[in-house]
Amino acid sequence: MAGGNALGVIRSLIGKLERDKPLVGRALSEAVAQIKAAADARSVELAEIMRRDLLEAERLDLTELHEAPPLGRLHVITQTQQRLEDVFCAMGYTVAEGPEIETEWHNFGALNFPPGHPARDMYDTLYVDHGPPGSTLLRTHTSPVQVRVMENQSPPLYVVAPGRCYRQDTADATHMPVFHQIEGLVVDDGITLGDLAGAIETFTTAYFGPGFTSRLRPSYFPFTEPSAEFDVQRPDGTWLELGGCGVVHPSVLEVCGVDPERWSGFAFGFGIDRLAMLRYGIGDLRDLWTNDVRFLEQF
Amino acid sequence: MKVLLSWLREFTPVEGSPQGIADDLSDLGLAVEEMVTFAAAPAGIVVARVAGLRPHPDADRIQLVDVDAGDGQLRQVCCGAFNMAVGDLVPLATVGTTMPSGLEIGRRRMRGEVSEGMLCSAAELEMGADAEGIMVLPAGLELGDDLTAALGVAGDVLFDLEVNPNRPDALSVVGVARDLAARRGMPFELPEPQVETSGAPAGESTSVEIMAPDLCGRFSVRVLRNTSGARTPPLLARRLLALGMRPINFVVDLSNYVMLETGQPSHAFDADLVPGGALGVRRAVEGEQVETLDGAVRTLHAGDGVIVDSSDRAIGIAGVMGGASTEISAGTGAVLLEAAWWNPPDIARTSRRLGLRSEASARFEAGVDPEIAPWALERFAELAAPGGVALAPELVQAQGHLPPSPTVRVRTGRVNAILGTGLTPAEMRACLEPIGFGVSPAAAEPSPDLRSYSGETWDVTVPSWRPDTSTEIDVIEEVGRLWSYSRIARTAPKSPHPGGLTARQRARRGAHEVLAGFGLMEAMPLPFLAPGDLERCGLPADGITVTNPLVAEESVMRTSLRPGLLKAVAYNAARRQPGAALFEIGYVHAPADGELPAESDHLAVALSGHQAPAAAALWERLRRAMAVVPTEVRNEATAGMHPTRSAVLIAGGETVGVLGEIDPAVTEAFDIAERVAWLECDLGRLLESHLDDPRYSPPSRFPSSDIDLAFVIDDATPAADVESALRTAAGDTLVTLQLFDVFRDAERLGEGRRSVAWRLRLQAADRTLTDAEVGEIRTACIEAATTTGANLRD
Repeated sequence: MAGGNALGVIRSLIGKLERDKPLVGRALSEAVAQIKAAADARSVELAEIMRRDLLEAERLDLTELHEAPPLGRLHVITQTQQRLEDVFCAMGYTVAEGPEIETEWHNFGALNFPPGHPARDMYDTLYVDHGPPGSTLLRTHTSPVQVRVMENQSPPLYVVAPGRCYRQDTADATHMPVFHQIEGLVVDDGITLGDLAGAIETFTTAYFGPGFTSRLRPSYFPFTEPSAEFDVQRPDGTWLELGGCGVVHPSVLEVCGVDPERWSGFAFGFGIDRLAMLRYGIGDLRDLWTNDVRFLEQF
Repeated sequence: MKVLLSWLREFTPVEGSPQGIADDLSDLGLAVEEMVTFAAAPAGIVVARVAGLRPHPDADRIQLVDVDAGDGQLRQVCCGAFNMAVGDLVPLATVGTTMPSGLEIGRRRMRGEVSEGMLCSAAELEMGADAEGIMVLPAGLELGDDLTAALGVAGDVLFDLEVNPNRPDALSVVGVARDLAARRGMPFELPEPQVETSGAPAGESTSVEIMAPDLCGRFSVRVLRNTSGARTPPLLARRLLALGMRPINFVVDLSNYVMLETGQPSHAFDADLVPGGALGVRRAVEGEQVETLDGAVRTLHAGDGVIVDSSDRAIGIAGVMGGASTEISAGTGAVLLEAAWWNPPDIARTSRRLGLRSEASARFEAGVDPEIAPWALERFAELAAPGGVALAPELVQAQGHLPPSPTVRVRTGRVNAILGTGLTPAEMRACLEPIGFGVSPAAAEPSPDLRSYSGETWDVTVPSWRPDTSTEIDVIEEVGRLWSYSRIARTAPKSPHPGGLTARQRARRGAHEVLAGFGLMEAMPLPFLAPGDLERCGLPADGITVTNPLVAEESVMRTSLRPGLLKAVAYNAARRQPGAALFEIGYVHAPADGELPAESDHLAVALSGHQAPAAAALWERLRRAMAVVPTEVRNEATAGMHPTRSAVLIAGGETVGVLGEIDPAVTEAFDIAERVAWLECDLGRLLESHLDDPRYSPPSRFPSSDIDLAFVIDDATPAADVESALRTAAGDTLVTLQLFDVFRDAERLGEGRRSVAWRLRLQAADRTLTDAEVGEIRTACIEAATTTGANLRD
C-alpha cells in the first residue's frame, strides 16, 4: 500500500521532469518489475517453506499398523457352492431349489424306490414328526429336486440343484448327519449316456482345471439306468471318486409327467463338502461346522 | 464280495496281469476296492501240530505248547495266545527264521522256560488281518511242510469287490467269472458236478412240503450219510482262510464254500434230530418261538417264514438262521442238506426286524438264482465225496411260486439312442449272449405307442440269475456295461437356454456379499438343536422334532438361527476370541398344516461385544444395500431379546424380523460375557417382489438449501415418528434427512426427554428454491413435528 503510494509520488515527479521523461520512466518501470519479480520469487519460496514445515509436522510412520477392522468372509461351503453354480451356469444350466424337509414320495417313491426296496437301506434316513409316520423326512439327497423340477417345468431342462441333505450318521472326520450336495438334471430330445459322459468331462475341466479328466463306471441307483459312478483323474494319474450319475430312469420320467419315449435325460450328483475339503486341504469334516473364527478367516 | 483269482480260473481261463483284471472288473461295475497279492511266507515257517498244552509255571499270560513239526521230536514253544487246541495245525517259525517284520527267531527263554521257535498269527505272517490268535491251519496238511507250499496261496490274488444291490449274481465266484469271461471274450463253463451215490434214495429218509408257496419258491434237500469224521479238504479250507473265513467244520465249511462259489446258501440239519426227516415250510404264527443256532430264543411275528418238522414245530427261521434243536455236531452221522429260494422281501423284513444279517440272508434278500439250488447241492456233494461221505441218490424237492423269467422287447435303435452309440445288432448280441441273455427276433410288432427306430426288434430272454432285469432299459444297461462305458463317445448337449441365476438367487448371493463386505464372517452352525436350545434362547419350544435321531443334540429342527449363532459366539468366546461378528443365511423350519412343514430362508447377524444400536445401524445399511421391500422398525419387546432394546421389522403389516440386543439373561445362559447385538429377518419375505432395477433420478442442477431443526422429545416417542412427520411435511423437495445430534440434559430439557436434531436438505429439480419457499417448509415441518409431541428447541 505504502509502496503503491510511493510509486505514485515518483510517477508524478517524473511527470514534472522537463526532459528525459521517457527514459526515466522506462528505468523506473524496469526497477519496479525487478523488485516485483524478486518479491514474487521470495513469496513462492516462503510458501514452499511453509508448506514443507506444515507437511513435516504431519509426518506419519506407515508401518505403525493399528488393528484393522476384520475382513468379512463367506463360508468355504458357500464359496464352493457358488463356484460350482457358476461353472454350470456357464454351461447353460439354471439353478433349482427344493425343500430340505421332503415328502417320502419325492425323496424315494417318485425316484423308483418302492416301499421296502432294499436300495432304501443305502440311505440312513432321518424322519420328522409331521403328517403320518414315515411320510415326511429330511431329504437324504438332492435328487427330489429333480422330481420337483420335472413336475413344474417342461423339457428341455438343464438345471443344477445345490443344497443341504441329511443322513442318520455319527459325526466323525468323514461323516456328518448333514452335508451338501449338488444335483444336475438334463432332459431334452435325444439325450444319451454319451451326453452324460461329455457333460461330466466338460464340468471336470471347467472346475478342476486342465489336465483333469473323468471316467464313468457302471453302478446302481434306482432312479437312473444305465447308472454310473464318476471318477476324476488328477494330473498325477490318481483317481478321485466323485459322485453318481446316470440316464434318468424311464419310470421316473413317467411319474413326473415326462413322456420317456419323447424325451430322455441324465442326472448326476456329488458332495460339495468333500470338494471344499480337497481344494483347501481340510482334513476333518467336522471343522466345517465349528464356526471357529480361526477356521472361518482362512478362506 | 471277495474272490480269488485261482477260484475264478476254475470257471474261465482268464489270464494277464492282476491289475488288468482289476481294471476290467471295475469297468464292469464290480468296483475293486482292494486287491491283495498273497506273498510267500518266509522260509522256515512250517506246518506243526499242537501235541500238548501246559500252563507256564511262572506266567499267567503265556502257556507252554508242545509242537510236532514232523521231524520225530517235540519242541516246547512259549505262546501268548490261547485259541488253539491239541491236534490243531499251526504255523511254527523255527529257530533261525526271519519274520516279515524283520524279527529273527532265536532259541530263547521266557520266564525261565525255553522256547524253540514261535507260533504265528496271520498278521505276523502278513497273510491276513487276524492278529488276535494263532492262525489255525486247515487239517490234512503235511507236518513239517513249508507253509507257503502247503497252503498253496502264494501268488494268488484276492479282489475285494463292491457289488451293487442290483447284481445278486455277482455275490458269487461263478457270477464274477461269467462277467469277466464275457468282457475278455474267454470261454465260461459251469461244469456238471460228478457225484457217485450209494445207499437208499434220499426220498426214503426225507420229505419236503411247502405250505407257503409265495414265501418259498423252491426247497431242495440232499441226504448225506457217514458225515462224522469227515474233514474239510485242504484246498477249500485254505481258500476260506484266504477270504477271512475261519474253517469251522466239514459241513459248515462246505456250505460256505458252495455259497461263495454259487451264491446259493444252504443249511444242514442233523438228520437224526428231524423226526422222519420230514421238513415243511410255512409262515409263523404271531408270538411263535424258536431257539436259533446262536442260543437265543427268538419270538416271531405272523408272516415270518419258518421251517418246521413233522410235528409242525419250528426248527429254523427261513433264510435267516437255523434252529438249535437240529444243529449238527461232531457226532452227526447223517445230514439233511437244504438249499432254498426265498421271496427276497420276506427275508429282508425278518432279518431286519430280528437284527440278524448274515452272508446267507444278504444273498436271499438280494435274490438268489432260483435255478441254482440243485446245482449247488450237487456241487456240495461232489466236494464232500472225497471226505468219505456217502451220498444218497436223488434230490428231494418241492416247488412253490418261483419268479417268472421275463422276455423283454428290445429295440436295437433304442439301445443306441440311450447309450449314444452306433452299435450293430451283432455287436449288441455279442455283449448279451455271453452273460446268459437270449436274443431272437420279436414275435410281434412293437407297440404303436412306442417310438419306432430303424434297426431290429428283439425278444430277449433274461437268465434266471438276473432278477433285476425285466425291462428294455435294463437290457440297454447290460449292453452298455459289457461294451464298456469308457468306449462310448463323449458328446456335449447344448442347452437351448441361457444359463444363470434368477433375480432372487442373485439377490440372495448379494446378501452374502453385502454382509461379508460389512466385515462379518459367515458361520455354518448345525441345523439341528438339542431339546431346550430354543428355550435357552427365550424362544418358544415349537421346533419340528426328528423321529429317529442318533443323539438328542440332533433331535429338533431349528426355528431360528439364534441358537446356532449364539453357540458359535460362545465357542469363540471360550477360546479367547471375543467380539465375533458372524452372520448366517439358511433355512429354518416350523410346524405347519400343509403337506410339509413351513420352510423359510432366514438371515441373521450376531455382533458380539456390541449393543443394540449396532444392530439397528447394520440393518439400515443392509436395507439400503439390498433394496428390500419397504420395512418399518418398531420398538417392541420380543422373546429372548433385551426388553428395552428390541425392535421388530414390519413389512406389509407383518413382522418379518427382529433386531436389537440379545437378552443378557440369554447370553449368560450361553456363557457369553459380552453383549450381543442381534438381527434376524426372513430374507425370503424381504426379497419378495422387489427385485426390479431401480429407476434413475438425475441430481438437480439447482442450488440446495439446508434446514437444521432440533426438537425436545419424550423418551417414549420414537425418533422414527418425528422423522416420518418431517419427511411428509417437507414434501418432494426433500433430498436427504439426517439425524445428526442427540443429547440428554435433565436440567435444561427435563427428566425423560432428549433433544434430537435433524438436517433437511431441500432442492428442486427445476428451479432454485426461494427463501420464502424454504421458510414455508420449515414452518410446516415444525408444525408436523409438534403433532408427534416434539417441541422445537429454542
